[in-house]
Amino acid sequence: MATTTAPAITAPAVTWDVHDGIATVILDLKGQPVNVISRAVKDEFLACFAALADDRRVHAVVFLSGKQDNFIAGADIEEFVTLGSAAEAERLSADGQEMLDRVARFPKPIAVGIHGACLGGGFEFALACHYRVATDHPKTQIGLPEVQLGIIPAAGGCQRLPRLVGVRAALDMILAGKSERAAKAFRLGMVDELVPPPILNEITLAAARRMAGGWRPKRNRTGGGGGFMGFLLDGNPLGRRLVFRAARKQVLERTGGHYPAPLAALEAVEYGMKHGIAEGLKREAQLFGQLAVTDVSRKLVQIFFATNQLKKDPGIQNAPPPERVHRLGIVGSGFMGAGIAGTAVSQAEVDVRMKDSDLGRVAQGVLAARAILDDRLKRRRITKYEYARLVALLSGGDSYAGFGRAELTIEAVFEEIGVKQQVLREAEAVIPPNGVFASNTSTIPITRIAEAARDPERVIGMHFFSPVAKMPLLEVIPGARTSPQTVSTAVAFGRRMGKTVIVVRDSPGFWVNRILAPYANEIGHLLGEGASIEEIDSMAVRFGFPVGPVTLLDEVGLDVALKVAGVMQEAYGDRLTPAPGPGIAALVKAGRLGRKSGRGFYIYKGGKKRGVDESVYGLLGIQPNGGPRPAEIMQRLVLGIVNEAARALGESVVSSPRDGDIGAIFGFGFPPFRGGPLRHADDLSAERVVADLERLAERYGPRFAPSEVLQEHARLNTKFYS
Amino acid sequence: MPGLNGRRVAIIAGVRTPFSKSGTSLKDARAVDLARYATRELLERTNLDGEEVDEVVFGQVVPSALVPNVGREVSLLPQFPKEIPAYSLNRACASATQAVSSGHDQIALGNANVIIAGGAEALSDIPILASRRLADILVEASKAKSLGARIKTFAKIRPRDLVPVAPAIAEPSTGESMGQSAEKMAKENHIAREAQDRWALRSHTLAAQGTADGRLTAEIVPWLANKPGAPIVQQDNGIRTDTSLEQMAKLKPVFDRRYGTVTAANSSPLTDGASAVLLMSDEAARALGYEPLTYIRSYAVAAVDPGWQLLQAPIFAVPKALERAGIQWKDLGLIEIHEAFASQVLSNLQGFAAKGWEINEDIINVMGGSIAIGHPFGATGGRLVTTLSNEMKRRDVQFGLISVCAQGGMGFAMVLERR
Repeated sequence: MATTTAPAITAPAVTWDVHDGIATVILDLKGQPVNVISRAVKDEFLACFAALADDRRVHAVVFLSGKQDNFIAGADIEEFVTLGSAAEAERLSADGQEMLDRVARFPKPIAVGIHGACLGGGFEFALACHYRVATDHPKTQIGLPEVQLGIIPAAGGCQRLPRLVGVRAALDMILAGKSERAAKAFRLGMVDELVPPPILNEITLAAARRMAGGWRPKRNRTGGGGGFMGFLLDGNPLGRRLVFRAARKQVLERTGGHYPAPLAALEAVEYGMKHGIAEGLKREAQLFGQLAVTDVSRKLVQIFFATNQLKKDPGIQNAPPPERVHRLGIVGSGFMGAGIAGTAVSQAEVDVRMKDSDLGRVAQGVLAARAILDDRLKRRRITKYEYARLVALLSGGDSYAGFGRAELTIEAVFEEIGVKQQVLREAEAVIPPNGVFASNTSTIPITRIAEAARDPERVIGMHFFSPVAKMPLLEVIPGARTSPQTVSTAVAFGRRMGKTVIVVRDSPGFWVNRILAPYANEIGHLLGEGASIEEIDSMAVRFGFPVGPVTLLDEVGLDVALKVAGVMQEAYGDRLTPAPGPGIAALVKAGRLGRKSGRGFYIYKGGKKRGVDESVYGLLGIQPNGGPRPAEIMQRLVLGIVNEAARALGESVVSSPRDGDIGAIFGFGFPPFRGGPLRHADDLSAERVVADLERLAERYGPRFAPSEVLQEHARLNTKFYS
Repeated sequence: MPGLNGRRVAIIAGVRTPFSKSGTSLKDARAVDLARYATRELLERTNLDGEEVDEVVFGQVVPSALVPNVGREVSLLPQFPKEIPAYSLNRACASATQAVSSGHDQIALGNANVIIAGGAEALSDIPILASRRLADILVEASKAKSLGARIKTFAKIRPRDLVPVAPAIAEPSTGESMGQSAEKMAKENHIAREAQDRWALRSHTLAAQGTADGRLTAEIVPWLANKPGAPIVQQDNGIRTDTSLEQMAKLKPVFDRRYGTVTAANSSPLTDGASAVLLMSDEAARALGYEPLTYIRSYAVAAVDPGWQLLQAPIFAVPKALERAGIQWKDLGLIEIHEAFASQVLSNLQGFAAKGWEINEDIINVMGGSIAIGHPFGATGGRLVTTLSNEMKRRDVQFGLISVCAQGGMGFAMVLERR
């Protein structure tokens, strides 16, 4: 037995020792929480494999990670963002391909033992090795998430994966940037064996030893897509053509043509399957080069970094450590309360007690919260044993029994200040002295709610978005007297619930509803000028929103929207006053509350949108007759958001453009590839935005008057992101 | 002065699910579900942190083959650390009182400070057994080495082997059913049909009163609907407000059609339900800031020949418990007697009276008993301890007695004290 170390590196990440004919290589980036593949690591890899190739004692290689719960998280993104040109990016890809080609052609068999995240370049490395063993642990996630950053797997991933698991399964993973749990990865054929963590090393070693003796794993010739369907679709060129055509159509539908990466990945796979792996690799590198310097990729990477930063940002300066929440009290078991309860149980695994005035409502709320767990069980995200345990964390009653141990209580009762203050007083009488009381409100100032508090330092706003289980954003709103400790606790718990949290100043509409207000109001103006509902929505979708503003209102609920609109008008006056005319008040009066009542602007049947309800025009007293030019519709919708976002940022409603943009993207689906309203303003340049707004203001009224902040940036030729 | 040796043990609180006639509102719940539900709600009501609990003891008389140790499943509730040991026991209808006394012993000995004791029964979910022959054949087939051998084994199955066997409520040693024993006791002790019906009516009337004024419902945790549209169960559903002696008199006796007196109306019904009681050492109660309802002063168990009067053992257990408590029958301010059958209650009372003890019905089963409220075998003891403790507090009574008859000719008695 001997220990050798790669030369000329001060703190080597790659080490190995040889025992009984098998070299065990360990990757462990010292001082880093996870392993990533950087240039330096690549050099160490090459040195290591060169040494092992020459070492006559070595007959096979085992490759493992030295990290506790991580294999390789991917390629080093920091390195990737410094790429200046397509040619440089293509070279990076080609280098990676060459290294993995050496691994794939390595004269001695290599077995990898995978435990923890094995993503992107990490999985591409594993693909190049000759045998893959993975643990059945929930932390073991395997996949190729590159398209989420606007790029494609470009170290052979687009070539090796379809050859291993079949074209259909490979496209399914690559095009969506999905990661799979180990069990699924095993079923698909992405790994050869699935084992419990304690025996991972042994079993990987045993596989290496078997291969050293000449054994080779038997795999389906056409990849994982076995069986008749597998042969029909994966096993011959004709079937594959069908698969590619269907996939292309689906990608275009899903991305609206705004995201080039999935199409490029499709091409890389298809080209490789048609022309062979060597040509495929070349094409893959070329496409990567082109994508790496696209604006879309840059934006997606920025969002990735911003989200990661936000995961660590305590939200305020000099934040004290948060109070750990073990037990959550929820007052109000309606749709929001149940959503918060179910998400808290499923994500944070806390003990949740719901309270409402009527046991029937409580029972409904507990069931609605449980539906979130039912869904996870159905989609096999949890086992039935985990399910049983999680379900037992949910309970409710018509009294405050059990709130005495709740470190955090969230109220989600009727949106009316008197009701909320009453609940606050009741809760304060029973919650522990250090318990935090959070109000889930979208319109009422936290400071005003806290006026009823004995201890306003422990009162805070937590504004969740609906449906809670799906919407990734949480606005945390400290009131005037909220203590830093309370902010820390709310932010930390929001994160445990899986939310991206932004801390927002206590002002009407907070951040998301405020910058949404001009967008929603503009619907009324546009309809009044003769635009049709479909056209308004389709213009927003063309800009890149997942759904248009009219559909969004239906989703939010027209009653809620009406209430918010009223609050905004009261707070901000003319600028955020809805268009004249009957407006959505008329629809609410007619019992049309949006999706939840089956009718809003659109008709909903069986949970599906069925098209515009033409009778809406009658209710609103208008008739679609063409309306403004499409491009102008789009501009009015978008610049309204941009202008209000700039103004609100100027008022420090959020503490940075980063928080503001993330809020817009995660709060209401501002197109990620545009980076958020403030980033978008930077791209257009403040000067142009101001000019456009001035023109709109002249034509449509002062609501479009450019904000001070934008004018200042225009004057000084500066940007939000400097 | 503690009646038993060792540390003093306090009863802090108790809860139970509603008791529902089996096959009705709780029919979809398993005993383990009921037990976990009651326990979790006990934690909620008492604001007790699961970490404080040292052990969990549960009684169950007809355990499920799939969940043989219901106590452990309770202590594996996510509200508890996983390291809390638990066991389940069976002292027939006295199981939950046995769980309470076993918990008492561990605390008294200093082995534990906080214990949750309770019981559960889901008679809607009793194990249905395969016939012995079928079971033998299945075991043999599972050991068969080849398909042929297996088929050959299966070929031995006869239609009559496929008839399932339900466990009967009968004494294994005598073959006498519970009802037959009650019938026998009625005859031997000359308990008239009318006296039985009158006791049953009393049970319903007082239970209805306790429900209406909230004393009985105070111990019930509402059972929330488990699926959309299912009703919320907040009360025991066996209690009748619409019955009368005349109506009861119309019922035919069940166990002796010719000369019998025991009917469905003067017997306790098959019932689903669970109960849970929080026990603490006096020191722990003080340290954690709980005000005890009552303390356990003494308990005793006795047994008689099941072939004699199967449900008459309380007349031997009660004197023992009183003696251990160092008090007299006349010191008792409240008495809870488990009502398996009216004939059994009246036989027990007759036995007590024979000792020269004065029977004051005004302090016995003041909110009715098992005939009206129902009798989930394993859970009833937890109800008795809870009901008695709550009422002792309400009336500020110093000494209370629990008397439970049980299958196998056993009797269980416990003396609680308020201060």
